[in-house]
Amino acid sequence: MPSRTGSHSPAGIGKSLPERGLLLLMVLVFLEGSVLPLGAASSPDTSHQTNLGDHQGTHTGPNSTKKPFPVLAVEYDRVQIPFEISLWVLLASLMKLGFHLIPRLSSIVPESCLLIVVGLLVGGLIKLAGEEVPPVLDSRLFFLCLLPPIILDAGYFLPIRPFMENLGTILMFAVVGTLWNAFFIGGVLYGVAQIQPANPSDLHQLELLPCLLFGSIISAVDPVAVLAVFEEIHINELLHILVFGESLLNDAVTVVLYHLFEEYAGVGTVTLLDGVLGVISFFVVALGGVLVGAIYGILAAFTSRFTSHTRVIEPLFVFVYSYMAYLSAEIFHLSGIMALIACGAVMRPYVEANISHKSHTTIKYFLKMWSSVSETLIFIFLGVATVDGPHAWNWTFVTVTVILCLVARVIGVVGLTYVINKFRIVKLTTKDQFIIAYGGLRGAIAFSLGFLLNQDHFPMRKMFLTAIITVIFFTVFVQGMTIKPLVELLAVKKKQEAKRSINEEIHTQFLDHLLTGIEDICGHYGHHHWKDKLNRFNKKYVKKCLIAGERSKEPQLIAFYHKMEMKQAIELVESGGGVKLPSAMPSTVSMQNIQPKKPPPAKPVERVLPQLPKGREEEIRKILRSNLQRTRQRLRSYNRHTLVADPYEDGFSDLLIKNQRMVELEKKVSDALLVSTKEDILSFSDPQAYSMKPVSDSVPTIQVDLASPQSPDSVNLLDEFRHAGQQQPEVEDQGLMMKPPSGPSGPNKPREADEARDQQKLMRCLSDPGPSADEDEDEPFLP
Amino acid sequence: MGALQSLPGQPEYIDLAEKTGFSFEQIGVLHKRFKQLSHNEETLRRDHFNEIPDLACNPIRAQIVEAFFDRRNFRQNGEGTVEEIGFEEFLVVMSHFRPPSLHMTEEQRESVRKEKLRFLFNMHDTDNDGTITLEEYRHVVEELLSRSGALGKETAKSIADAAMLEVASISMGHMEPDEFYEGITFEHFLKLLNEFEIESRMNIRFLNMDTTTLCK
Repeated sequence: MPSRTGSHSPAGIGKSLPERGLLLLMVLVFLEGSVLPLGAASSPDTSHQTNLGDHQGTHTGPNSTKKPFPVLAVEYDRVQIPFEISLWVLLASLMKLGFHLIPRLSSIVPESCLLIVVGLLVGGLIKLAGEEVPPVLDSRLFFLCLLPPIILDAGYFLPIRPFMENLGTILMFAVVGTLWNAFFIGGVLYGVAQIQPANPSDLHQLELLPCLLFGSIISAVDPVAVLAVFEEIHINELLHILVFGESLLNDAVTVVLYHLFEEYAGVGTVTLLDGVLGVISFFVVALGGVLVGAIYGILAAFTSRFTSHTRVIEPLFVFVYSYMAYLSAEIFHLSGIMALIACGAVMRPYVEANISHKSHTTIKYFLKMWSSVSETLIFIFLGVATVDGPHAWNWTFVTVTVILCLVARVIGVVGLTYVINKFRIVKLTTKDQFIIAYGGLRGAIAFSLGFLLNQDHFPMRKMFLTAIITVIFFTVFVQGMTIKPLVELLAVKKKQEAKRSINEEIHTQFLDHLLTGIEDICGHYGHHHWKDKLNRFNKKYVKKCLIAGERSKEPQLIAFYHKMEMKQAIELVESGGGVKLPSAMPSTVSMQNIQPKKPPPAKPVERVLPQLPKGREEEIRKILRSNLQRTRQRLRSYNRHTLVADPYEDGFSDLLIKNQRMVELEKKVSDALLVSTKEDILSFSDPQAYSMKPVSDSVPTIQVDLASPQSPDSVNLLDEFRHAGQQQPEVEDQGLMMKPPSGPSGPNKPREADEARDQQKLMRCLSDPGPSADEDEDEPFLP
Repeated sequence: MGALQSLPGQPEYIDLAEKTGFSFEQIGVLHKRFKQLSHNEETLRRDHFNEIPDLACNPIRAQIVEAFFDRRNFRQNGEGTVEEIGFEEFLVVMSHFRPPSLHMTEEQRESVRKEKLRFLFNMHDTDNDGTITLEEYRHVVEELLSRSGALGKETAKSIADAAMLEVASISMGHMEPDEFYEGITFEHFLKLLNEFEIESRMNIRFLNMDTTTLCK
């Protein structure tokens, strides 16, 4: 492979540290070095390659004399395509890494802008190298490979509650707003194009229908751009869901308008019949897309019911079914985006009740990873495609388009809000309207749609593309960069910390029922009534079909409670046990403070946990024992190779105690992992302080006293272990009891740092038991 | 205000409108509903509420009905319960669910929030002593889960315990091990649901049109 290093100056290092500068330099060198194969390989000129072969003397003619065996051969054609793809992905990821090395830059300029600039650079470099820029933003590649991961990520993690509550508003903005934008922009552009008699430019050739088509392409708010920019500004949930929901749902309108105008632009006229058909087509496209998505979603949910024995492929079902939904919708020219959203949103509650914790994590991280890479690639490709052209700059057209986009958006939002506020309970204020209008960003979907246009039917295609790119640049750069300071300036409400407490959950449920009841008393079937009916239908019929086992009967409050406890248990292990949980309230209130002061119950059995069925008990005990053994073995081997193994050393006994402690915590976590049904949650009902109970053989419980109520500050890792050392023999025997620390003691202060580090290593080891632990996961639970 | 005639004219409505903030049309609609529920009698009793079929599958039905007969919700600083209510009391209780208007100052919004939270508090505090004790909170959670099958009281108890612990932690901060947290007072309740945005959530839409004939 030819490699050439051109001269360049590392740009934008500024006054960062030398290490950072060096890393950035390396990144840029790599960039330069990798650009050339990209440029070279994608050129149709393959003679380059054969020349190379000749030079190396590996491929000679058929009738040749015996030559020495080629020790090293180069054959690039075979791996060309996967190689290029990997290189692009690698480039995108390195860029993402690079940006975060320059902290100030990433806080001023949103990532999308930086990525477009990188794309421009790469495109420029390729052009400079004399190679032909690869047509990277090919519409097929974009719509079939780059867009679906982003939309699936958005759909799967769509916050259903605010989405449904604001659905009317969102639909109004998406449908009526987009229609208004399209016709306004298209119409005014046509008018402007006609009123230029003095300056005979090609604008005169512009007819009405291509104008309207252009209007419909440019009017749609782009979900990728919105996501990229809004993610960094953290505005409140309502505004976020309004703009984002609009960008998702306007796909149906865009698809219909695009096909309608494209179809008839060649003919030249659109009759009333076509208009009516267009309206019908809109409903078919939108509802059809949702239906297709819902069907696939239900199929996925149903499939996940049976995956309890093959947990490893669970994420695959989620991805494949969703992608199939998208592709199926695209077959019939239905709205693929809506299909994907519907599929993800429908399948999520059922799938999450069925799959294991690890599968859930896998799905989450894969979706985030793919959507992140896709987004990065899309912006880079936008930059590259800009350099590529083809461009036909027309000052009038472009400037009028940009101005019209802004004006149309503002008028549309203001007008629609006036109407919408009549029907909303929580009205939209002027500030909200401003953010909604300002957040209407255009992105790569518009460009790809423009790219799809046929040059013969649309002679003005180049001009369209130039205008589209200008609008995209304007919205992403200008609006993207200024929206953050504007949000600060206008003091728009920000996103609240997502600290869902059990009280809020209780009151959310309570409020739902209360409002439903009041509506019934008032005598009109409103919003809450139908929601309640849907919930009851869901609980009665659908959940039974789609969720495996006992999970189907679990009410939401209990599921939420389990989730919370699971989280706390995991945080407990990860924070090292003795330390107070970072998320826990900084207080010393414990269970004993809220229990009413009664004389202790006559029968101690009153507080005993309910008996488990015999089979389950055995199962749990067996699993705990095997887990314990495995942990012990692991710890022992860990000790042998990595930790100081001198039994006469002072700190060793502490280390042993720590190991015991870790073992217990691991047991506790595995207990939590198994504890997902109603019978066992009591062992975790006290997250901050635990009462002492003698361990009985019949029911496995773990009671650990973590926090001394008297002195929370003195509770730290090392203290605990020192004190625990005094009870070591008891710990050995019963394995589960611990007394509260009696007071600071021990002279081992200098070993603190060492022990802390070892502690960390142990924690990391324990928190990832590895794939072999998967067999024990016979109980699905909600993470 | 004495007993209302069967067809109150405008002057009666003006008074009610001022008191509760409903519009005349809304009061008219609600009045029709009142008469429908009470079978054209002057007052509503608890069994009238129990006749509403839609309400039967509501897990917290009893508490909702109780709220209508709770004097603390009549905005007259009364206490205790009554056996029957007239239209005015019905309207006053309903007015707790009116959405806040678009242009409100911060203090007005705050007072609307307090009012709605007070309503919720009264619903939980069944013995009128000004605090929600652990028992009362347990009862709330039990009722919420009552329709969800045979999950037993233990679950409800532990959820309520965890919730109570959270409230105590938020409100009290540090407590000695022998101190006892009496119960949730109204200030603690306010603090607890500070982020809850109750003024935008605890609303229903009161129609200006009459749809009562469509449903029982």
